Parts: sequence; C-alpha cells; structure tokens
Amino acid sequence: MLHFEAIYPSLPFIVAGIGVTLKFTIISLLCGLPLGVILAIAKISNVYSLQKLAQAYTAVFRGTPLLLQLGLVYYATPQLTGNMYVISVFQAGIITFSLNSAAYSSEIIRAGIRAIDPGQWDAAKVLGIPTYQTWFKIILPQAVRNILPALVNEMVDLLKETALISIIGEADLLRRAQIVAAEKFLYFEPVIVAASLYFMMVMMISFFAKKLEKKLSYA
Amino acid sequence: MLSVKNLTKRSGSLTILDKISFQAKAGDITAVMGPSGAGKTTLLRCLAQLDHPDEGTLALNDQNLSVLSHGEIGLVFQAFHLFPHLPVLKNLMIAPLSQHMPWEQVEKKARDLLSQFSLQHKSEAYCGELSGGQKQRVAIARALMLDPPLLLFDEPTSALDPEMVKDVGEVIRAVKSPKRVIILVTHEIRLARSVADHVLFLDSGKILDNLPAKEFFDKENSDFLKSGLSERAQRFLENLA
Repeated sequence: MLHFEAIYPSLPFIVAGIGVTLKFTIISLLCGLPLGVILAIAKISNVYSLQKLAQAYTAVFRGTPLLLQLGLVYYATPQLTGNMYVISVFQAGIITFSLNSAAYSSEIIRAGIRAIDPGQWDAAKVLGIPTYQTWFKIILPQAVRNILPALVNEMVDLLKETALISIIGEADLLRRAQIVAAEKFLYFEPVIVAASLYFMMVMMISFFAKKLEKKLSYA
Repeated sequence: MLSVKNLTKRSGSLTILDKISFQAKAGDITAVMGPSGAGKTTLLRCLAQLDHPDEGTLALNDQNLSVLSHGEIGLVFQAFHLFPHLPVLKNLMIAPLSQHMPWEQVEKKARDLLSQFSLQHKSEAYCGELSGGQKQRVAIARALMLDPPLLLFDEPTSALDPEMVKDVGEVIRAVKSPKRVIILVTHEIRLARSVADHVLFLDSGKILDNLPAKEFFDKENSDFLKSGLSERAQRFLENLA
C-alpha cells in the first residue's frame, strides 16, 4: 500500500525545500523583529498618537487572515502601481511575513517590558541611575527573559506559516512535496516526509531556545 | 537637618498629605508611625523624589531636595526591589558605576559594606538565593553605596519574620551617623522603641504627634488622659500593645 521506495529519487528535491522555508523564516524574522521592537516602544511611549498608530497596526494585521494579506501584497501591488512594479514571490513573502510577524512580536515585547515590576524603575531612579542605563542594564535584560519563550513560539508559528508561500508558487518544502505527489500519484509518502522535516526544524528551534533560556535564567 | 514645610500631596480629590511640617535632625533616627492609609509611604516617596508634592518645600541642610544630585537620598524599599538579574555585588556597584566612579574604588566599597553586613560570602549570589533578612541587608548596603546624607526606610520589618525585628534594629542603628538624617516608617512598635530618637505620629495625612521617642513611649505607659498624646495615637498604641 505504501511505496516510500518510489519517492527515494525525489527526496533530495524535497529536502532542498528546507533551505527555502528557512530563508523565508529567518529573513522575515530579522526584518519583523526590529519593527516589532519599534512598535512595542511606540505602544509603551507616552505619545498618544504613536500609541494609537501602533495599536491600529497590530489590530489590522491580527484581525485579517495571513493568506489574505499575502494575496493582497502579491496580486494587488501590480494593480496599485499601475503595472509599473511587478512584485516577486520572494519580495511578497518577505514583506507580508515581516509585517505580520512584527504585529505579533510587538505585543510579546510590550507585555514582556510591562511585566517588569515598577519597583525596578523606582529603585533605579532613587539610586540615580540615568534613564538609558535603566533601560539597557535593568529593564531590558529582565524583559528578554520574559519575552524569549513567547518569541520562540512566534518563530515556530512563522516557520509553519511560510508554507502559505506555496500558494503563490514558491517551491518551498510543502510545495515540493506536493509536486512529487502529483508526479508519482502518491500523496501520503511525500507529504509525510515534508511533515517530518517541519517537525524536526521546530524541535530543533525549541531545543536551542530551551538552552538559551536556561543560560539567561537566574535563581 | 531635614526640613519639611507645608507638604501637601493630593491624588484626585483625595488629600493624602495635608500641610505637613516637621524637622528631623542629622544623627537622629526619626520614626514615622501611624495606621495604614495615614500617608506614611507617600511621605517617603515625596522625600525620595519619586512623587512630587503639590505644595510645600523639602530641604536638606537648606538645600532643596529636588536639586540634590542623584543618589544623595537612600531609600530601602518595603519589598527591597533588588535587581534580580544581577549578583549581589553588582547590585551594589551598579549605581556608582553609572555615575562613572572608578571600578576598583566602587568594588572595594561594595565588598567592605558586604563584610560589614556579614554578606561577604554572598557577593556572587543572585537575590533569589537569599533569605528575606539577607535581601534586606543587601538593600541597605546598596542604599549606602553613595553615602546618602538622607536615608529612608519603608516598613523594614514587614517582609520579615517577627523574630528578626531585633536584628533589623541593630542594622539600622549601625548605619546611624552624625551627618545622616534617617527616617524610618514603621508599624512595628518594638522596632520604633528600640531605635527611634524621635517619633512622628501620622493619621489621615496630618501629623498628630511630634515628640522625642522617650516621651512618646513613656506616655504609652502612663495615664492616657493626662498625657499630651493624641487620642488617635493612644488608640493605635493600645491596639498594638
């Protein structure tokens, strides 16, 4: 019933999809994270307009499906630019995933900073520690510890969400499995291989995150 | 000499401190006593410049508190507020280092203070590994790193076991110095009796009694009706007795 041997020749093709999936995940994370930090700072700031702007941004990206956002960026960009600019699949993917991930990570970062006991600010103020040093030496090192586990979750989500890129034609891990499935008229075998590869990547991220968390922890 | 004149602090329509005036001498420990909600902690927060008074002046040796340079006011918080991500030694060093004092000098001072408080073996420990009493001594040592001429204690016994009250008293007496004004907010009558030179009794944002400790506590034991102690303070002391 199962014919794994039939897909052996296609395994390198499927495995190569890991690179594509990781490329989208890592670049989107690197672009999304700084934007998330900026949005989080805007949310915490005392400037009302900045706060509202950042909140609206998060609401829009959390309030609509990621697949819809991807479709909008990919298919509507040429229309909106009067066909002046044809966006590539790679660009559409990175832009959408980065903007979307920034919305989620900004909430994680905001909550992580807000969770710091206000007494830490009071203590720093009484001791005469300047504000920027309070941020960098007292608040942020503690916030990182709050933020890290949730941020790893976000990274895992992002890694799995990049599979959506297959819909607009990028040959990522999922897409490659589907191509092999169509070629061999076998669905279970290639897709279960892709599933195992996704699973292993997620496990690896979790493993390193746990190690890092342990290293950052204090009694 | 700490001098507080007409200090008023409001929160919305509520007056937390109502035109408070008093003086506290350098070299003395002034205990601020009173029931919950009397405004004791708010008074400390105003003195520490964490809250800004709505009216009134606060001056230390004729210098307005708001113009004192950073770290000249030490505050030992009720919940200590140590920095949990730093070892004990770094907790002590972070403030002077942030003011660009030389590392070696700062480290020497921190180690000296830790030995003074019998904590030299804990210099590399994180705060989560310390007992309540040790945390408090670290908090006091941290406040002393910059030799503050004004040192404030907020309910130093509230987070500790009752049998440690005596130890706290000893530590507080040990940091007494002729040039330092110490203000001690406390509920703990045994602590106040053992260390205070002067007592302020606060209720509903007003100072009802301002007496040398001897008189304050003497009156507690004598006939209340004849004493000059406010009725509110008498009831407070009776309840605690």
